[in-house]
Amino acid sequence: MSWLKNWTWPTRLRDKGIVGMNRRNIRYIGRYNARRLYPLVDDKLKTKLLAQQYGITTPELIGTVTTQFGVKHMSEMLIGHHGFVVKPAKGSGGKGILVIEKVENGLFYKPSGASLTMEDIERHVSNLLSGLYSLGGSPDVAVIETLINFDESLLEYTYEGVPDIRVIVFKGYPVMAMMRLSTAASDGKANLHQGAVGVGLNIATGAALRGVQFDRPCYSHPDTGHDLASLVVPQWETLLHLAAGCYEMTGLGYLGTDMVLDRKHGPMLLELNARPGLAIQMTNGEGLRRRLDLIERQPDNVPVAKRVAFAQHHFARKSELTDTPDTPSATA
Amino acid sequence: MSRLPFYFIVGLLLLVGIVASVHRHVQFEIPWFPGEQRQVWEIEAVINFNAQNGPVQVDLALPSHQSGFRVLTENTASSGYGLAYQADELGRQAQWTIREAAGSQQLYYSVQMLVSPDSRAPIQTPPGIPSVTPWESPYDTAASQLIDRAWDRSANNATFARELILDINGERQGENARLLLTQMQPSALIVRLLNQAGVQAREVSGLLLEDGRRRQTLSSWIQVFDQTAEEWALFNPATGEQGQPDNLLLWETGGRAVLEVQGGTNSRVSFSMLTHYQPASAAVRNHYSEDTLLNFSIHSLPLEEQALFQTILLIPIGALVVVFLRVLVGVKTSGTFMPVLIALAFIQTTLLTGLIGFLLIVAVGLIIRNYLSYLNLLLVARVSAVIITVIAIISIFTVLAYRMGLSAGLTVTFFPMIILAWTIERMSILWEEEGPKQVLIQGGGSLLTAVLAFLAMNNPWVRHITFNFLGVQLILMAFILLLGNYTGYRLLELRRFKPITEDEKPS
Repeated sequence: MSWLKNWTWPTRLRDKGIVGMNRRNIRYIGRYNARRLYPLVDDKLKTKLLAQQYGITTPELIGTVTTQFGVKHMSEMLIGHHGFVVKPAKGSGGKGILVIEKVENGLFYKPSGASLTMEDIERHVSNLLSGLYSLGGSPDVAVIETLINFDESLLEYTYEGVPDIRVIVFKGYPVMAMMRLSTAASDGKANLHQGAVGVGLNIATGAALRGVQFDRPCYSHPDTGHDLASLVVPQWETLLHLAAGCYEMTGLGYLGTDMVLDRKHGPMLLELNARPGLAIQMTNGEGLRRRLDLIERQPDNVPVAKRVAFAQHHFARKSELTDTPDTPSATA
Repeated sequence: MSRLPFYFIVGLLLLVGIVASVHRHVQFEIPWFPGEQRQVWEIEAVINFNAQNGPVQVDLALPSHQSGFRVLTENTASSGYGLAYQADELGRQAQWTIREAAGSQQLYYSVQMLVSPDSRAPIQTPPGIPSVTPWESPYDTAASQLIDRAWDRSANNATFARELILDINGERQGENARLLLTQMQPSALIVRLLNQAGVQAREVSGLLLEDGRRRQTLSSWIQVFDQTAEEWALFNPATGEQGQPDNLLLWETGGRAVLEVQGGTNSRVSFSMLTHYQPASAAVRNHYSEDTLLNFSIHSLPLEEQALFQTILLIPIGALVVVFLRVLVGVKTSGTFMPVLIALAFIQTTLLTGLIGFLLIVAVGLIIRNYLSYLNLLLVARVSAVIITVIAIISIFTVLAYRMGLSAGLTVTFFPMIILAWTIERMSILWEEEGPKQVLIQGGGSLLTAVLAFLAMNNPWVRHITFNFLGVQLILMAFILLLGNYTGYRLLELRRFKPITEDEKPS
């Protein structure tokens, strides 16, 4: 009966308020996300322009390349920028993103230290335009943004990659949040199923609740060894306001917002997701159900500030990392 | 947002599906299980007569659906004759006609009757009592005395008929009866006396079925209308026994002549019969039915289209398996309904050959696709190249299998090539993006789904039910709609979310 150990009962999941895939698809995505709004979030360029319109901070746009002809003029666009990111507008899962950290003597350096020539970059953009990275191979647009300078307070918690913050926004209320820290196992990517560490965040304060790697509790970053308990996201309230504002911006009721913290500009919106995953429940050690039920009972047309305050008041929690200092911390 | 219309539609689909299936089961005797054997009688009637060098018209009464038997198919053989089937409330008839015929003539009619104990005779309204031609003296007194005697000793129509038969044919036969029998045949006399007493009765012709008998003739029986039960009761005119013997097929029940020949002499009809057993489904396939509109069924199509539909009607079963595995279990597949198409191919190739062939094709395809990705092609061109690759692989495997004497290998051609190409393309992308582990999970999930769908679709009972009961499609539809409304947990989520429930326990 040892294999049964890995399984639980549906009643226990329900008691915990866990939302399953079927429920997410029918009750939340199907009911609150109108299909016609999807292009707003599936196209990063559209999201970005819309965000600018609504005063939501995003990484600064250097320019876009829409035609193969435009590829030749890209070098003019890049003059004077010392770091930039090239993204496919319709890419998914971080594919086709090229990060250039510094430019020296006509050579472009990636974070790993590898150098590229201008031709390399042009070829990358050309492939991108022809749909190499987009869903279904449809023609795409290259979006060139300025490089994000990560807030130093978070650098210790990540290995190579970008620590990003995912906030689930339901009807405009920030419902649950987590931070994704890339690890050596995840190859610098912030994908939880590839081995990134997920840290549940307290909606009230932005402090870490618990850490999870490969769905198992973890108390310190496996590569940097830094204790997760001390993690607190700075400028938390600004970040929540930004995330909550995405509801008015897109009209999507059940939304995953991916944010990053810039050294100079503070929280920024990186991208939006109309079908956010359920792993956030694992990192928070709590189901979404009760929070979503509570929000569903709230009236519509509440201003952003009130919504954030409501969420901070109702969804506050105590950290599991600091409350249990006796437990051995090196279980990951 | 009310879910009421949804449940109404689901309920309606279920109801219509079940009613349609039960209707087909009851009305057309299609069994719920395949392989049931049914007894079928093949009866051949031969009409012999001598034509008189002129126009000839032959009318033969034909049997209809009746209690205990159903008509499956009927055929005639009659060279040079025009043929028409006619039906009215008194029964069915075949009419042969020819402008000129001479000499000895033979006409054949053969019918297959399915033995079906549940079959009921069509509802018949009792005919009015025919006008009774008055008896001449001294027969009138004899007749009325017979009637009075039997009337006194009986309680209702049935017992009256029995008493009358016994008085005329039985041991109690008296002088009156003998006098009247000089004028008429016994059964005709009995019917005439019954009618005279105000009882609806008629003479019918029946055939006693016995396996392998030839040159049989019809025998005469008497039907009396039972007012209380509102149905015809059958009497043996010789013994007065009531009830229809199991092996009695009523050939003519309208009270008309069985055979009428105009323009011929010495006409007679004789019967030969055979019985055999055949699978019920085959018996149903030959089903003869007049109400083609009500009998909306695939079986009215030509055989080739029927075979096609047999496969098409299985697809919803495969879809149900896919929906079940994805919604209730949470199995990941590569391409939503790709497993169904693979399962359809398995039906042609058999499971083991299919599995081996599928794995070989996909494995070789992945290696070649891996090289193609270095060429940096556009998607459509790349997938087209993969399609050609798949065709090449299949051709090579087929030729190799043939050379090695493995005839099973020849069936690889049944795989849907474009679907295979897309599968290879998707798996290859998955490999690059997520690594070989995801390829194994999704590929394994697809294969598992395909195998389960194959097992469901290849089940003889499932094939029988989907092919013979179109109502089942509506039931499947209702189930799929219900599954599409399921918001509970998937089976695999019980494993995925297990760690959350763990720390509930006191640490």
